[in-house]
Amino acid sequence: MPIRTGLLSGVKLRVSLFMLFILLAPAMALASGEPVAGSVSDPVSWWVWPAVLLVITFLMGIVAVLGGVGGGVLFVPIISGFFPFHLDFVRGCGLLVALSGALAAGPGLLKANLASLRLAIPVALISSTFAIVGAMIGLALPTNIVQTAMGATILGIVVLMLMAKKSVLPEVKKADNLSSALRICGVYTEESTGDEINWKIHRTPTGLLMFIGVGTMAGMFGLGAGWANVPVLNLLMGAPLKISVATSKFLLSITDTSAAWIYINKGCVIPMMVVPSLVGIMLGSFIGVRILRVAKPTFVRWIVIGLLLFSGVKALTKGLGLPFII
Amino acid sequence: MSSEAKTQETQSEQLLYASVLEIGMYIGLAILFITFALYASGILAPAVPLGKISSYWDQGVDKYLEAANHDYWHMEHPPTGWAWVSMLGKGDFLNFVGIAILSGITVICYLAIVPALLRKKDRAYLSMVILEVLVLALAASGILAAGH
Repeated sequence: MPIRTGLLSGVKLRVSLFMLFILLAPAMALASGEPVAGSVSDPVSWWVWPAVLLVITFLMGIVAVLGGVGGGVLFVPIISGFFPFHLDFVRGCGLLVALSGALAAGPGLLKANLASLRLAIPVALISSTFAIVGAMIGLALPTNIVQTAMGATILGIVVLMLMAKKSVLPEVKKADNLSSALRICGVYTEESTGDEINWKIHRTPTGLLMFIGVGTMAGMFGLGAGWANVPVLNLLMGAPLKISVATSKFLLSITDTSAAWIYINKGCVIPMMVVPSLVGIMLGSFIGVRILRVAKPTFVRWIVIGLLLFSGVKALTKGLGLPFII
Repeated sequence: MSSEAKTQETQSEQLLYASVLEIGMYIGLAILFITFALYASGILAPAVPLGKISSYWDQGVDKYLEAANHDYWHMEHPPTGWAWVSMLGKGDFLNFVGIAILSGITVICYLAIVPALLRKKDRAYLSMVILEVLVLALAASGILAAGH
């Protein structure tokens, strides 16, 4: 049915563009230099931006679930690129948004034996330590440098999303010595087949070293780190995809905790930004999970890639002081 | 010990961690939402008036703290670290209770599994858990200051 397929593709494209426009409409007005209520020039309408944040993060929550990414990776570049909040507060807020999402998901994932505490503990020790280092570096560097580096990182994530493959059940012939000594292994039931899957990991030392970089970037940009956790756990260390995704989500509750404290102690947390964003992302995630049951979210992945590309270029140009044309 | 028995033991720690995390997460979120309602509704007066907060959030954190301190707080030093505790009577700073619970629950979860690791004499994981608690405590302490 090529005609129907073509029609569907056209509809999907229009829906994608519509959602993209909705997500960025207020931001575009700001970026184009039009006066926007709630900015410095109009401090009377204080509630406008929290309300906009609530709506935008609600949509972000839906898109993030359908696109298979964490909320933080969308939140920080979009909010810092297109809204009047300084990057310091956006990063603090982004970490708390990602942290809350991970805290909410963590208990269920651990109880279902999908997130592995034994896998998470050594990884978390490294990533949370370096998240502190990253947060300190990020807060010490000039904002334009952090913004530029974040733009480059976001564009790197776009490439990663386009290129990286996922392996549902990677072949691990033999667990390495370190993971054997630490007894990092497990069993979970694959619901679709009813099979019991025994899993183990390999290349543990290399994988742990990779989390130095992952933790540093999570702290420096406040992005969360699911985009990096999953490829390292799944493709490099050989954990099954479900275990990797669940453990990555749980890991954020530890990694982001350490970085969040640095931002909290520095004063980078404004409750008027944090709470609407947190509520928006959580409500959006609940709705996203419901939509996920009935929708084929492949096209949403392209929205996510489009949004990241757009906000990555915006962050890069903002950091470099170049004009951004939309 | 068979691998099945080991998995069972591991699961018991994991379940304990999950239970503590779940309780802390619900308490933290509930407190955060209640305190935010008190703040945003104006029931509890904030340290920075609601109508003025938007004039600060487009500045870097150092400038924001300096300006807000000059305009409203009149403290010797702007409130960083745990100074928010002394300002809990203000609607905006009261929100930090929920934020601190959400950011602190992981330490409680780690401490909760220490007895189980001690019983099992799992020295490797016990060391890592203690180190993690120290790392998180160091982050939370406010000792690690950084700035532009």
